[in-house]
Amino acid sequence: MENREVVISVRDLEKTLGGLKVLDGISLDIYKGETFVIMGGSGCGKTTFLRHLIGALKPDKGHIYYANKDITSLTSAEIDNFRRKFGMVFQSAALLDSLNVEDNVALPLKEHTKLDDNIIKIIVKMKLALVGLRGFENLMTSELSGGMKKRVGLARAIAMDPELVFYDEPSSGLDPIVTAVIDDLILDLSKKLLITSIVVSHDMNSVFRIADRVAMLHKGKILQIGTRDEIKNSSNPIVQQFIQGKTEGPVDFFKKGDDYLTELVDK
Amino acid sequence: MLRLFEAIGVFTRNQIITLIQFVKLCNDTLFWIFVAPFTRRRHLKRESIFYQMVFMGIRSVSIVFFVTFFTGFVLAMQAAYQLKQVGAVVYVASLVAVSLARELGPVLTALVVAGRVGAAITAEIGSMAVTEQLEALDVMAINPIRFLVVPRVIALFFMLPCLTIIGNFVGMFGGYLIGVFNLKINSAHYIYITFKFLSLKDIYTGLSKTFVFAIIIAMVGCYQGLNTKGGAQGVGKATTLSVVTSFILIILADAVLTALYYFSNV
Repeated sequence: MENREVVISVRDLEKTLGGLKVLDGISLDIYKGETFVIMGGSGCGKTTFLRHLIGALKPDKGHIYYANKDITSLTSAEIDNFRRKFGMVFQSAALLDSLNVEDNVALPLKEHTKLDDNIIKIIVKMKLALVGLRGFENLMTSELSGGMKKRVGLARAIAMDPELVFYDEPSSGLDPIVTAVIDDLILDLSKKLLITSIVVSHDMNSVFRIADRVAMLHKGKILQIGTRDEIKNSSNPIVQQFIQGKTEGPVDFFKKGDDYLTELVDK
Repeated sequence: MLRLFEAIGVFTRNQIITLIQFVKLCNDTLFWIFVAPFTRRRHLKRESIFYQMVFMGIRSVSIVFFVTFFTGFVLAMQAAYQLKQVGAVVYVASLVAVSLARELGPVLTALVVAGRVGAAITAEIGSMAVTEQLEALDVMAINPIRFLVVPRVIALFFMLPCLTIIGNFVGMFGGYLIGVFNLKINSAHYIYITFKFLSLKDIYTGLSKTFVFAIIIAMVGCYQGLNTKGGAQGVGKATTLSVVTSFILIILADAVLTALYYFSNV
């Protein structure tokens, strides 16, 4: 494991938002070609962490290195250069409503390359075929189902042949079959195209299907980081509660019962 | 009492922040129009400018037509009502022409366009803002100002004056109908009087204002859209705010520009 090439290296990342310490000293390495899953409960800071990785937020402390460059200290033009090397799949797909499927996938190519329109058309067809949407070029985004939107979003994310693809909750709002399809796509892409995938998710089935390694975030800190099996057999009670989806455990969801009555009556 | 001062303080602070953000947006827009095409080789997208021109200009012709036609129509009737008393009904022609060219044409067209196009700009960009689409553009290294704001500003900058010219003509035609069919002024004579008193100066002072109005509508619309927060309700709020702000700024700018022309004897 140690001799593999590190793509992204995060050191002591800290961020306070609205008086709350959302990220509290996060350090981790992501290796080339692996599928790395960041999981954790709602509000544990995983989305904030992802936003730092894509350069949308600047940390209060700490560094993120990509190809030996600290992306936390880049100018906006340099960040744009970095962003051309990765793709991102948004939770809501975030396709542009005003464009049809083909133009959505073609958008990064049209904006950042000088390729001929015919070549772009061919590339778009290839990318759409990869996500199983051959022949859907001329539909508007409003005519697509949730799963199709996400697959178009994925096609758009890989349009520029990125080294890295970020996924923000790829399975949210999708039925189990479509989730499995998306998971297979993620695996396929990392195997066929050697893309490094960084996935934020809290869908356990999906996590254990795709992950090479998993980092569990809790209250802004890394609770545990390890291979899929290490996490599955973790002795940490919080990790286990999360994996099994129990309401009882170290993370209490409900307030303790004693003061409930006084809270109801008291005004 | 302390509450009051606190509220005033917060209000002032928010207004100043808004102003600074707005100036920054204008500054960035100017950068992407005039500087970036040369330094960063990011050419303006002609397709999207033309697309916006069609939407903002050509699709607005009918409503501008409607509003200015009836304005000219009503203006002629009201003017005739007064001018009859001094036996100068024939001057309805010049009155309609001059007031449309100098004032009513540009301002009414701008207000109509603010209601139609300004609202559309804010609603479209605003709903992109609340559905992660702006973020997606950012992540794809596509600058939202270059991609969304610049084509809209350029398109409206050229289309609003065109719409105003159409509005002026149509308004004068509305007046002409009253003049000829109701007031029984000879058609040729009506046209003669119109052009006798309407100078080129009247037209270009009127048209020069529309460039300012166009920038106001487009920039306010884009600003409100880009800063939309809070789902569908937020989009509604932003759209209302965009139209109201545009209206107020158009009227203010009109007063300032008219005063400027008036006191410099243009």
